[in-house]
Amino acid sequence: MTIKLLSCRFRTLLPLLLVAAAILPTAGCGGSDSSASGVLRLATTTSTRDSGLLDQLLPDFEKQHGCRVDVVAKGTGAALKLGEGGDADVLIVHAREAENAFMDAGHGVRHAEFMTNYFTILGPAADPAVAKGQPPAEVLKRIAAAKVKFLSRGDDSGTHKRELSLWKAVGGRPEWDGYLETGQGMGRTLTMADEMQGYVITDVGTYLKFQDKIDLVPLATASDDLRNPYAAIVVNPNKHERINSKLAGLLVDYLISDTAQKKIGEYRAAGERLFLPTRLLVEGRAKPQDEAGPSSQQKVTQQQATQQENSE
Amino acid sequence: MQMLIDGLTEALRLIAGFDPLVMGAAWRSLWISTLAVLLGTVVGVAIGSGLARCRFFGRSLLVLLFRAGMAVPTVLIGLTCFALFSRRGPLGGMELLYTPWAIVVGQFLLALPIVVSWTHGAVSNLDTRVAETAQTLGAGWLRRWRTYLSETRMAITLAVLTAFARCFTELGIAMMVGGNIQYRTRTLATATALETARGEFARGVAMSLLLLLMAMILTVAIAWLMRTEDER
Repeated sequence: MTIKLLSCRFRTLLPLLLVAAAILPTAGCGGSDSSASGVLRLATTTSTRDSGLLDQLLPDFEKQHGCRVDVVAKGTGAALKLGEGGDADVLIVHAREAENAFMDAGHGVRHAEFMTNYFTILGPAADPAVAKGQPPAEVLKRIAAAKVKFLSRGDDSGTHKRELSLWKAVGGRPEWDGYLETGQGMGRTLTMADEMQGYVITDVGTYLKFQDKIDLVPLATASDDLRNPYAAIVVNPNKHERINSKLAGLLVDYLISDTAQKKIGEYRAAGERLFLPTRLLVEGRAKPQDEAGPSSQQKVTQQQATQQENSE
Repeated sequence: MQMLIDGLTEALRLIAGFDPLVMGAAWRSLWISTLAVLLGTVVGVAIGSGLARCRFFGRSLLVLLFRAGMAVPTVLIGLTCFALFSRRGPLGGMELLYTPWAIVVGQFLLALPIVVSWTHGAVSNLDTRVAETAQTLGAGWLRRWRTYLSETRMAITLAVLTAFARCFTELGIAMMVGGNIQYRTRTLATATALETARGEFARGVAMSLLLLLMAMILTVAIAWLMRTEDER
């Protein structure tokens, strides 16, 4: 009885399902791949996407060149890996040592720093480690000495790499029970730190975005140790025939242009400036060592790439 | 393609070398999901057969809700558990957040609708003569209930297998309320996500292969434990 009823209902539903199945896929990709003129795949860190900065910068670029930029947001480690495998055309990352290794290995043909922001160390307002107002190295030392909870990204992201180098600078990280590796993105790690009332290193941008949702307060004083420069890298076009090196180069040109640099400087979230443009003042005297990789061979490749850009 | 081959070699290396990190995550995945599904089965079979055999107001709505519950995304379950267990949540005082127990609760909620719906379906579809025969033979309610369960054994086995498969490989709950903390709440699924996020694709493949291997072994084990008489 029930079976009969069910099959009856199913029969009336079936045509509806079929129609839905026919409509959905077409609706899903309608027009999305029509602009075959150019698609640029940008692998970037989550901080640039989550801060909303890319939404400010990319539409202009897309309009200017009639292309589409697909943003894949990952940690710096994963973004570099995507570039290494030729799965991205251009990268925006923030981990200088890893970037240098990437360029040295010939995975990239052009490297340009274009903006910077800062890291900060957050902790509970009660500050059980008595670390407030100290320079970053001292803050870390006190956290470790007090054996309080400290949440590490543990995911090879730029922030994680910086944390590791900060520990290295204070003579290595002592082992203690409260040191927890979350293996998750910045936002989630901040949420976890807040829930556990632990200490955590974060970029200022993500902190500003989470400020209202968490009770943690910034502890470390501003210092050069916490400077966080972002660079754009054009992936070596030899990696894969479909790498859009021309558009990648144009995007880097755009990012260091006065227009984009001004936008970066003017961009605010929660009323605060998130990123400082680093090319606005040095416009016209770009440093060559910043532009290309260290080996002369790469410089040649880069020149070729630029020539190609110019000729087209 | 090379990535998959690298992943396979890496998986063999991890298993053969008893990589403590991976083995820890595997063991954690195993006991968390097993416990969650066990609890889900006990409660789910009770609710499911109750829904099939007892008549009360709102029963069909409840059945419908449990069926819809099978489609609830794990992220939503994770978020709900997070809201409950958060310091600012109503159960914050239990301090369950970012412990394996929070994952057990979440996966229990994931398993429950599956077991309830399958049990309800199977018991409702039982030939009415089963109940009648049992009753004329003088079986009490407990005895009749046990008869229903042994008659619907196949369906319940499938329910348990489905629930286990979903729990063992789910990511949303474990990430959200477990927190993927190394040595504490990192499961095979979250470890896979982490390796992928940090760009260690071969290790990611290796972990998911291990996950698949364990899921297959456990499926066989559960099916064997719950096999019916004539399959023996």
